[in-house]
Amino acid sequence: MTSVAETLTRPARMGIGARAWRFVARHALSVYALLAVVYLMLPIAVVILFSFNHPTGTFNYVWHKFTFDNWIHWNSVLGIQGAVETSLEVAALATFVATILGTLIALALVRHQFVGRGATNLVVFLPLSTPEIVLGASLLTLFLNSNNAIQLGFWTIFIAHVMFIISFVVVTVKARLIGFDRHLEEAAMDLGANEWTTFLKVTLPLIAPAMLAAALLGFALSIDDFVITYLNAGATQTFPIFVWGIARVAVPPQVNVVASTIFLVAIALGLGNVFWQYRTAKRQRRGIA
Amino acid sequence: MLLAPGMLWLAIFFLVPMGFLGYQSLQSGIFPNFHFTWQFANFSSAISGYHTQLVRSFFYAGIATVACLVLAYPLAYWIAFRAGPWRNLFLLFIVAPFFVTYLVRTLAWLNILGDEGPIVRILKDVHILGPNGRLLATTFAVVAGITYNFFPFMALPLYVSLEQIDARLLEAAKDLYASPTKAFLRVTLPLSAPGIVAGTLLTFIPAAGDFINAYFLGTPNQTMIGNVIQAKFLESLDYPTAASLSFILMGTIMVMLLVYAWIVGTEKLTG
Repeated sequence: MTSVAETLTRPARMGIGARAWRFVARHALSVYALLAVVYLMLPIAVVILFSFNHPTGTFNYVWHKFTFDNWIHWNSVLGIQGAVETSLEVAALATFVATILGTLIALALVRHQFVGRGATNLVVFLPLSTPEIVLGASLLTLFLNSNNAIQLGFWTIFIAHVMFIISFVVVTVKARLIGFDRHLEEAAMDLGANEWTTFLKVTLPLIAPAMLAAALLGFALSIDDFVITYLNAGATQTFPIFVWGIARVAVPPQVNVVASTIFLVAIALGLGNVFWQYRTAKRQRRGIA
Repeated sequence: MLLAPGMLWLAIFFLVPMGFLGYQSLQSGIFPNFHFTWQFANFSSAISGYHTQLVRSFFYAGIATVACLVLAYPLAYWIAFRAGPWRNLFLLFIVAPFFVTYLVRTLAWLNILGDEGPIVRILKDVHILGPNGRLLATTFAVVAGITYNFFPFMALPLYVSLEQIDARLLEAAKDLYASPTKAFLRVTLPLSAPGIVAGTLLTFIPAAGDFINAYFLGTPNQTMIGNVIQAKFLESLDYPTAASLSFILMGTIMVMLLVYAWIVGTEKLTG
């Protein structure tokens, strides 16, 4: 009897197995994609999780107890608040200057034919393809050989950041300008606007999204940069330099709090953008239908 | 006129420093008394002293780049062809690691790969690791750290090139009785070549100069050339050696770039 039952149920079981196998095979790529996202998110989750840890000793490696204390007293670690402030100041100032300078270069490169255009493109591209350590080292030799005319500190960090952000701004804004309909500017001119008015009322609003994207990218790069900054900072501390210094002793959970905050702000902006694109896409589809 | 301020900035703070780097690399003397003496011996002594770290840097960067390509390609493919309305959300997942401070996300791997961490415990339980086995302070940890940190640089260009592929080409391949494998090898893969090239460069170049992963996740046995340059500049104050090492690093990358461009170019011509 049992053998009959077994032979009866076996095909069905095989069927489930085969079906499961076919399901996995068909969705292997989707499963992989999800696993890859888990891999990408894992360290981020660890950073956020350990910002709520109450470590037993000085080391924040092993989970011990949940607490909000690190978030409430985020600046109780000596030097962390100053470092965060310096990072924000450098990022804001450098991004502002680099966005303007980079946009001007992008305008010139796309709009005008001039001698040395190829060379300009090369000079803009080179910092992007040079290892950070070489960029940082070369700037440092400049400052070291200035016979103490330039002291390492806030302004040397600022100079370095503007330098590497410019290239990213040029690339981002150029991409937008290439797809730009110049008839719009011609129309404005035909309607009696002078060049300056045309620029302010037509060109600028159209490239503003690209400038904003470039500025956000620049800000993120600036606030995250360690290698170039470290070589040119002297005794000034940005947040990454603070982390480097304190990592030689023991990283307090407050570092995780600051990193989590930066992450959450950035991700909120990113999600807002995704949601906005999704809605405009939906509205456009409805408009067509 | 438009160019002037920005280009001036790049000239003064990128091109001129490169000149100073060269100037410094040919100096001799001991801190703080360096003299410019066309000391080309700096280069040969730098190479003989630090060729291990130099070779190691390119070796680690190479493995990490291949690992990134293998790991990122299926993900980029899935997002480009299968993700539908979730595309932008998954792109956000790819860049999300960039939003966590570089040093802090590398330190997070200390928690994950740590001796008391879950991964080491599981590997010990299934006897892949011996009772005293470690993941931290190994070559694996350093390469894994580099792979994770530069993954988005590979995934994004791959996605961009895959996303531009005209789906009708794949339909045409199917109509002409190409198997899915063949359609992938003959249509998708060649068309995504620009993404592979861009991703490889964007990953390899910063990876070769990196020193943070080796510092946090490795031991002196995993020291990379970036660690040496950094220490020479800021700790032992041996500027000429540090400068010549920087030049050697950049020069080697340039040569590799040219060879790579040449191989990729000829393959395209013959293919």
